[in-house]
Formats: sequence, structure tokens, C-alpha cells
Amino acid sequence: MEKTTNQRAWFLVLPVLILVAFSSIIPMMTVVNYSFQDSFGGNEFFWVGLEWYRELLRSERLWDALGRQLMFSSIILLIEIPLGILVALAMPKKGWLASLCLVLIALPLLIPYNVVGMIWQVFARSDIGLLGRVVTDLGFSYNYTQDAVDAWVTVVAMDVWHWTSLVSLLCYAGVRSIPSAYYQAAEIDQASRWSVFRFIELPKMRGVLIIAVLLRFMDSFMIYTEPFVLTGGGPGNATTFLSIDLVKMALGQFDLGPAAAFSLMYFLVILLVSYVFYTVMIASDKAEAGQ
Amino acid sequence: MASITLQNLAHSYAPNPQGEADFALKEVNLKWGDGEAYALLGPSGCGKTTLLNIMSGLLTPTRGRVLFDERDVTAAPTAERNIAQVFQFPVVYDTMSVRENLAFPLRNRGVDAGIIAARVDRIADMIGLTPLLGKKAQGLGADLKQKISLGRGMVRDDVNAILFDEPLTVIDPHLKWELRTQLKALHREFGHTMVYVTHDQTEALTFADKVVVMNEGRVLQIGTPQELFETPAHRFVGYFIGSPGMNFLPATIDGAFASIGGERVDLGKSYGSLEGAVEIGIRPEFVKLTSSNGLPLEINRIQDAGRQKFVNGNVFGAEVNIVMDASEAIDAGMTRLAIEPAKISVFQDGWRVEPKGAE
Ligand SMILES: Nc1ncnc2c1ncn2[C@@H]1O[C@H](COP(=O)(O)OP(=O)(O)OP(=O)(O)O)[C@@H](O)[C@H]1O
Ligand SMILES: [Mg+2]
Repeated sequence: MEKTTNQRAWFLVLPVLILVAFSSIIPMMTVVNYSFQDSFGGNEFFWVGLEWYRELLRSERLWDALGRQLMFSSIILLIEIPLGILVALAMPKKGWLASLCLVLIALPLLIPYNVVGMIWQVFARSDIGLLGRVVTDLGFSYNYTQDAVDAWVTVVAMDVWHWTSLVSLLCYAGVRSIPSAYYQAAEIDQASRWSVFRFIELPKMRGVLIIAVLLRFMDSFMIYTEPFVLTGGGPGNATTFLSIDLVKMALGQFDLGPAAAFSLMYFLVILLVSYVFYTVMIASDKAEAGQ
Repeated sequence: MASITLQNLAHSYAPNPQGEADFALKEVNLKWGDGEAYALLGPSGCGKTTLLNIMSGLLTPTRGRVLFDERDVTAAPTAERNIAQVFQFPVVYDTMSVRENLAFPLRNRGVDAGIIAARVDRIADMIGLTPLLGKKAQGLGADLKQKISLGRGMVRDDVNAILFDEPLTVIDPHLKWELRTQLKALHREFGHTMVYVTHDQTEALTFADKVVVMNEGRVLQIGTPQELFETPAHRFVGYFIGSPGMNFLPATIDGAFASIGGERVDLGKSYGSLEGAVEIGIRPEFVKLTSSNGLPLEINRIQDAGRQKFVNGNVFGAEVNIVMDASEAIDAGMTRLAIEPAKISVFQDGWRVEPKGAE
């Protein structure tokens, strides 16, 4: 049969192209534009080439923030993923109790980010906050506004409180999709609880876990509002993560050029890490199925 | 190994069962003899899976007891009962190799590694999995996965019983026959008690020494294929076994005679007088088309199936099937149905009635 070619089909894609152009491409290109220029007050710009990029790559400030950011993302992934799985497995599978658990677990996800920051700011205060007070009364010296370690513990605890639910919900969906015949067969085969997890539940959760890790990585890597409200990046620069630094640079100092270059590099790092992670997982999936 | 006795077993999936209708199993009394091969036959939804799950301990019955020999195991968990069960849809452990899958039940029971290897090789050889032993189970097709499930059920040699819950549903017909033969070979060799659930009567009749027929949560009859065919205990058994099933004609019985639509039929044996809904049942193989004597028959259609002819018609409004040899000729004058008296079964309210003085 003769294949007909009809280029008019492109018109059908046009609305999407226009939408994406306005929502992403044009704003992003503006940022690209800024990153190659310097500005003086008013609206005067002139071309500086790769200067901002060179300067940023040499700046210790950026590398420190990146280090803190990577450490933060690693810590919360190491806590939230296993904890989320545990919570999902412990949740009831059916009945009204299951619905109740789902609602309770979803609650932290519904709270606006800056409110989460506020809640923890008060909750962790060592003079009037419930948590801070209890910890202090137990004899620990704790003050997140002064001590860097305390600040880190508090920021991590806040993120775990806020986002473990997401991991749990995803894993719960994964666990629920396992047909009951699998559990029955495991019972007949006299598999231990650990074996059931290791050989049935974990393999079936693999897909949702990949999504959970990706989402949590990207989100934690871009975290801004909660630590900004809680610690403002302090004490000192202890909890100044990349985005907090970026905002300081862009709005605090109004250095549009460097801030734009910063944003783009930031964006590329996230894209790169996510891409590598995803490709590796998919490749290992294929290897497993195909061998 | 042990015999398994089910006493007054009833099960309901509802939390507070009210009437009979809430019960998936209504009342089951049954003894599975040690080392015998049974087929459990019944239509979809009659409670076969429920019965198996109660025996293996996956379900606790609402009422009644399960005994292994003399021991009451009603409340005992699956692990204590030591029963193997294979399910309708294949279950494999995706991340394990085929070999690890087969070894899994043995490893969990702490069997010696040398014995495990020998058993796994043996079973893999029987069901034709040897070339795949090193492969991951994940990528395999449904029939191979089901072979693995079967293998996991068969690999344990110390079990009290092996329960197969329609294990060959997903397997193609040719392989089905082969696997069933393997199961029989395994039974002959190790003498495990085997219960094989199916709703396919050919499968049931070829696999088992004894067939248990269930319907609507009850066990209707347990017997050899021949007993089910010749002396069905309930009209459902007569209808379900055989193809086409038994013919039923409403009748009134007086002594050794039945009256069907006013015509007298000699039964050869006396049944006294019966109350309630009374029918006589006769297999399509034991009725004949004649032109002289018998019940008046209206023929609807005749099918020629090569070796046999199937005739379908009505006798006083009741549908009747006749199976006859392909060589027998049919002519237009044959409008009568002759019944072999010795092959007649009499049913009262669905249940078979034995003739007086037959014992
Ligand atoms: N988990 C369950 N919860 C509620 N009702 C159930 C459950 N499992 C089975 N039933 C009901 O119990 C009855 C018997 O089911 P069962 O699965 O034992 O039938 P079966 O004979 O195995 O049928 P099939 O040939 O379709 O497998 C059916 O009416 C079914 O709807
Ligand atoms: Mg079933």
C-alpha cells in the first residue's frame, strides 16, 4: 500500500508547542540570556560570555552549598525510603482502619511548605516548643538556632515528617497490587516474614520505589521554603542549601548574571543525576528480564 | 502421611453469616484416604477452592473440624500441617532462578543442601525444566511459570497431601495431558494423597481413582468414575458427569412400575411408593430409538459426530438426548423411546433412591 504523507498533522501539535513555549522555553531562555551578560542598574546589559560560569566553578561558596545539598539528599533518602516501606507494610490492608490510616498519613502532604517550616520552628524551640522543651528537659543541650548539628537534625526531622508519607503511599499502592495467591503460596512454601518481603514484596515494589527515589531526590535537591523558614540557612551557613544560596544571590544581592548561571547549572545537575539513576535502573531491569 | 477427615465442615466468608445462603461451604463430611488420588469436581463457585484452603490451613472454617488421622488440626497453621498446594494461576518468585524457586520450600524447611539438589534435579527432569534451571523465573511464559509452581508443590517428599487447585488452566491442551501423566507417575512412585481440583470432567476422570463431586457448597457423591456414571447419588451428578448428561423424566412410582405421562414403564425392581418430586434418570447411552414400543418421542435434531449419532428430542415436554452408534440407521417411523430397565435410576427430591431389597 502507498504511504501517504500529510504534513498538516503538525498543526495539531501547535497548541501544545505554544503552551510549552510560554510556560517553559521562553522563561528558561531568558535565564540563559541573563547568564551570559552583566547588568548595571536600570536596564543596561552587556555580554560577558562564560565569565559567570568560570567564576562560579571557582567559588568555594557554591561547592560548599553543593556538598551540603548532596549530604542532605542522601541522609533523607536513607531515612525516608526504608521508613516509608516499613510504614506501608505495617498499614492495614482493608477495612475502615485502612482508609483512616491513608487519610492520617496523607495529612503532612497537604500542609503548605512554609507552614511546615513555621510548625517546626515553634515545635522545636527549646524554650516553648513541645519537642525542644522535652529534649532539653531530658538533659540534652539542644538549640537549633545556635548549634549546626542541632539545626541539621531539625531540618532532617522536618523533611522526614513531611515527606515519608509520600514514600509510604507509593509503596502501599505497590504492596496492595500483589495478588493474594502470592502470599498463600509463600505460606504453603513456609517462607519466613523476611523472605516474603525479600522475594515477593520488594520485587513488586521496585517500580514504585524507583519513582519514590527520583521524586524525593529531585524535591530534596531543590528544597527551599522549609529550611528557609526554619533556620534561614543558619546558624552561619550550616543549612544554606543550593536554592537558599541562589535566592540570596539573585534577590539579596541582585546579581542576575551569576544567579542565572547558577540556576542553569543547578538544573543540569538535577537532570543529570535523575537521568543517570533512571537509565541505570531501567538497564538493570532489562538485564534481569532478558538474561 | 495421614488420612484427612473433614467433620461437619462449613465456611462463610461473611463476618456474621445469617442463613444458608451466606455459606460458601454448607456442610461437608468427607474422608480422604491416605495415599489415594482424588479429583474434586464441580462447577465454578461451588466451593472447591474454599475446601482446599481449609485443608491446607490458609482458611479457618467457620464450623467443623479437620483431622489428620486422629489429630485435630482445625486451628493449626499451614506450617504445622505440612501440605503442598498448587494454585490456579502461576506464582513464581521473580527474582530467583528456576532452581532457587524449586529449592525454596525445601530450604525453608531446613533440608540438607545435598538432598535439595538431588530432589530439585529429579523433579526438574520429570516436568522438563532441566534446561531452564539456571534462568531467572521472571521472563518465562505462563505455562513454564505454572510448571515451576507445580514443581514447588511436588518437590517436598514428606508432605501429608498435595492439593492441586485447577493447576492446568493456563496450560495448553497437549502439555496438559503430558503434565497430568507426570502427576500420575509421581503419585504411583511416592504414594502421596493427592487432591486435584477441576471443573473439567475428562480431566477428573482420567486423573483420579476416586472422584468427589461438589455443587453449591455440598459434597454430593464420592466414588469411582464408574459409580458416578452408573449410580449417581444426586441428579446433579447424573447431569454433570457424562456428555450429554443424564436424561430426567418426571414420573410417579408405584412398586416396580413408573408412570410417565400416563405410560407405564417397567422398572424391574420395587421402590414402594414415593412422595415429593420424583424423577427417573436414564443415561443417553441406555435409551434406544424404536418404531414399535416405548414412550412417544418428538425428535428435534440429529447430529452425526463420526463415530456416534446424537439425537435430541422431547418426551412429554422433557428434553431427552440419545447417543447411538453411527452404524445404526434411523428411519422416519422411529418415534418411540425404549429404556433399558436395569439402567434406570430413581430420584426423589434430587437424591437417588435405592430399590427395595436391593442390598
Ligand atoms: N475471599 C472471598 N470472599 C468472599 N467470598 C468468597 C471469597 N472467595 C470465594 N468466595 C465465594 O465463595 C464461593 C465459593 O468460592 P470458591 O472459590 O471456593 O469456588 P470454586 O469452586 O473454587 O470456583 P472456581 O471453579 O471458579 O475456582 C463463591 O460463591 C465465591 O464467590
Ligand atoms: Mg477455585
